[in-house]
Amino acid sequence: MLQADLNIILPEILLALYAMLALVTVVYTGKDKLAPLLTWVTAGVFILLGVWIGVSGNGDNAAFNGTFNDDAFSRFAKVAMLLSGAAVLVMGQDHMSRRGMLRFEYPILVSLAMVGMMTMVSAGDLIVLYMGLELQSLALYVVASLRRDGVKSTEAGMKYFLLGALSSGLLLYGSSLVYGFSGTTQFAGIIEAVGHGHAPLGLLFGLTFVVSGLAFKVSAVPFHMWTPDVYEGAPTPITAFFATAPKLAAMGLFARVLFDAFGGVIGDWQQILALLSVLSMFLGAIAAIGQTNIKRLMAYSSIAHMGYALMGLAAGTALGIEAMLVYMAIYMAMNIGTFAFILSMEKDGRPVTDIASLNMYSKQSSGRALAMLFLLFSLAGVPPFLGFFGKLYVLRAAFEGGLAWLAIAGVIASVIGAFYYLRIVYFMYFGEETDGLDQARSPVQNILLAASAAVMLLGIVNFFGVDSAAQTAAAALMPHH
Amino acid sequence: MNDSLLSLVTFLPTFAALILVIFLRGEDEMAQRNAKRVALTTTVITFLVSLFILAGFDPSNPGFQFVEEREWVMGMTYKMGVDGISVLFVMLTTFIMPLVIWGSWGVTKRVKEYMIAFLLLETLMLGVFMALDLVLFYLFFEAGLIPMFLIIGIWGGANRIYASFKFFLYTFLGSVLMLVAMVAMFVQAGTTDIPTLMTHEFASDTMHVLGFTVIGGVQTLMFLAFFASFAVKMPMWPVHTWLPDAHVQAPTAGSVVLASILLKMGGYGFLRFSLPMFPIGSEVMTPLILWMSAIAIVYTSLVALVQEDMKKLIAYSSVAHMGYVTMGIFAANQQGIDGAIFQMLSHGFISGALFLCVGVIYDRMHTRDIDAYGGLVTRMPAYATIFMFFTMANVGLPGTSGFVGEFLTLMGVFQVNTWVALVATAGVIFSAAYALYLYRRVVFGDLIKESLKSITDMTSREKMIFAPLVAMTLILGVYPSLITDIIHTSVENLISNYETALAHGASVDQAASH
Repeated sequence: MLQADLNIILPEILLALYAMLALVTVVYTGKDKLAPLLTWVTAGVFILLGVWIGVSGNGDNAAFNGTFNDDAFSRFAKVAMLLSGAAVLVMGQDHMSRRGMLRFEYPILVSLAMVGMMTMVSAGDLIVLYMGLELQSLALYVVASLRRDGVKSTEAGMKYFLLGALSSGLLLYGSSLVYGFSGTTQFAGIIEAVGHGHAPLGLLFGLTFVVSGLAFKVSAVPFHMWTPDVYEGAPTPITAFFATAPKLAAMGLFARVLFDAFGGVIGDWQQILALLSVLSMFLGAIAAIGQTNIKRLMAYSSIAHMGYALMGLAAGTALGIEAMLVYMAIYMAMNIGTFAFILSMEKDGRPVTDIASLNMYSKQSSGRALAMLFLLFSLAGVPPFLGFFGKLYVLRAAFEGGLAWLAIAGVIASVIGAFYYLRIVYFMYFGEETDGLDQARSPVQNILLAASAAVMLLGIVNFFGVDSAAQTAAAALMPHH
Repeated sequence: MNDSLLSLVTFLPTFAALILVIFLRGEDEMAQRNAKRVALTTTVITFLVSLFILAGFDPSNPGFQFVEEREWVMGMTYKMGVDGISVLFVMLTTFIMPLVIWGSWGVTKRVKEYMIAFLLLETLMLGVFMALDLVLFYLFFEAGLIPMFLIIGIWGGANRIYASFKFFLYTFLGSVLMLVAMVAMFVQAGTTDIPTLMTHEFASDTMHVLGFTVIGGVQTLMFLAFFASFAVKMPMWPVHTWLPDAHVQAPTAGSVVLASILLKMGGYGFLRFSLPMFPIGSEVMTPLILWMSAIAIVYTSLVALVQEDMKKLIAYSSVAHMGYVTMGIFAANQQGIDGAIFQMLSHGFISGALFLCVGVIYDRMHTRDIDAYGGLVTRMPAYATIFMFFTMANVGLPGTSGFVGEFLTLMGVFQVNTWVALVATAGVIFSAAYALYLYRRVVFGDLIKESLKSITDMTSREKMIFAPLVAMTLILGVYPSLITDIIHTSVENLISNYETALAHGASVDQAASH
């Protein structure tokens, strides 16, 4: 029995073992000198694990009496997180090592965070959920303040830690209420206690607190306050990481809790999610207008994007989950490219984040400007780019879920949001000529930027099969419907 | 070849754009000339290939022809096809584009990007008229905003930033509402196939939304969502205000494309979506639209009368002319719709030519102020003749294509609503007033301005660009059957379906009230 259970969580065990082994090895050998190598090796391990999970995994397997699920849903999320994690690791390596920030702890902490995220999306129990969440969060608090001598980085880490702790508290409190009223921590037990139609009042309270805690993690309005400061303060490669894999992990966890534990009372949480969604979309769109720092702008952009992904979840249907997964996959692909671009924004060797520094960038570096143009229009959801199809997916899900008003609100927010993406295009293409930025020198960043932009255009042919994978994943989450 | 002819025509310009992106390097004169030549050759070839569509088109068949269909994502299909309503818009696009490119011979700023933008724009415009899948249509329709945004923003005039943002956000807002309606149609009908949707009957029971009673129910709501997009694109009064800004700031070629082709997407949309898919919604809204059109014709003509800027004047005159189009479409009878399509095509030639006329003197004097000109006839006789010809065509002089369109639409609407026809006819007089007033101030009078003393007449290249436009305007004015023969069957089919749907809707209503 134990053998079978361990087999199911083998990827997580291997990754955790790898992280610890790497820690011991590097501490006793080269320390920071080995950091670049370790970064690449870690990325390699992520890719291998991702491919392994993607190729070999099949069926619905539950370990430890159903507290840990290995199903199509968790596999989809894991593959996406591992691949994006690998991309983010390698693309920041050059940026960090030139600034002496590349410590050997970085890839190791990211690996541990990855173990936490993989646990999150597999959770079938409140305890496992919390364990995964904290493992991920603690690792991320540390990497946010990786630049120990920088005031902003330290501040970012501190803020992230304090607000993260608050959200964990909310989540725990909600979990304890749920446990108290249902008598079990297992999702399978909770869903029976909750029943169909409407949940008992105590459970409803618990649900609300759990949702609030999770909304913190996906940075949905009104629990978004930490996002702009942390995005701005953290070193850019780490911001790139925050913007990708942890977002999907939190969304995956969100879906798990809502459908595995509270799938019988969709009506009870649908309105909460719809509200979170509409607030996020509008605040993300409006607050980003005044930003001059591209990292802060991307923070608000990600808040808005989380709003659209939540729209998928709010639909409360299998199509909704599918839409959310496709949306998140597209979102991560866009953000990897965008952050590859932001990472390469330098002037006289120092990183710049001011949007105005991109003045007439198209003249200076037309290929990279064009790639960024693709990404920006894709982020804005303008066809023919992939970002549009993500929006189309969630709009359709919202409509089928009976949330027509949310779909209308969503498209109006997308028009407001288009303005600030256009503003970057304006600087790059219509601006005044000034002394430009440095030539981008990292080939890895250029490759990822180009690949991400190409995906935005070529992906519209068949989504690279992501939609059918997402469909299987969504079906795994809703067997009882 | 027939089974992928439409895709070939659509993507030829994209292919050329790719070649420019990949192979053309440098900013020197040689590279600029090559970029222009590649673009011109491609657009000419595209036009020639598109002639096969026209040649193989069977006017007696009301259905879609040259249909090609491939699997796509989310249950959508990549489906292209043309019928009598769309085939001529395809031809208009391929016809105008070589002239636009040739007219841009004088561009010196970032020529390669300029040509790429126009080539991509051609692909997207052609796609709009050929797409037979809802989402595919939306994709082409919206994507066209990107190159146009860049064209206005990069190569535009002094106030180009404001104009480009206004253009983008204004039209984007209109379109996303259409997107919501498209999603609703997708969910309700379960398909995005346009021919299927044209026969699908959407619910039309009266419903209540936020305290309002909506007659025609879902159909009216969907109609309004599509209307938001097409009315902005058209543009109809009162959502036309982006157009004068965009026109004034856009480079000449941009204005020509905007006036000749992009504006036609709104009218095409009404014919392809609004009337066939939401007949009851259309009927509910018809009186409002007819009166909006009449107001547009009179009001924008009066506004045109007081403009100081030539391009702005022509832009307002475009809005007025589009008023005839919406009026004709929603008259929903043979003359009205025939006339509307005719008016759109004819306006494509005439307004394009007028913007080129402005471009000719703008290239020489770098100003569009009407006051800066006067007495051009003494130095530029050829120009005065051509400008005169298109001014008259714009007014709707019999013998030019402008007359046929206006006459048919007025005749169509007269049978439906005499008062609207009366008001709109008054607009004909106003259009003569502003057009002739413009012509007099620019061309006649004494040549007293010092700066104009050395102005030169049109070069042979410029004359050659105008020649096909003059020819088309004259031929269509004298022999309009060229067009009406092709569109007749499709329009007839459209109207009979529309009337059947209305009659059916009425009988259901009656059954419900018993």
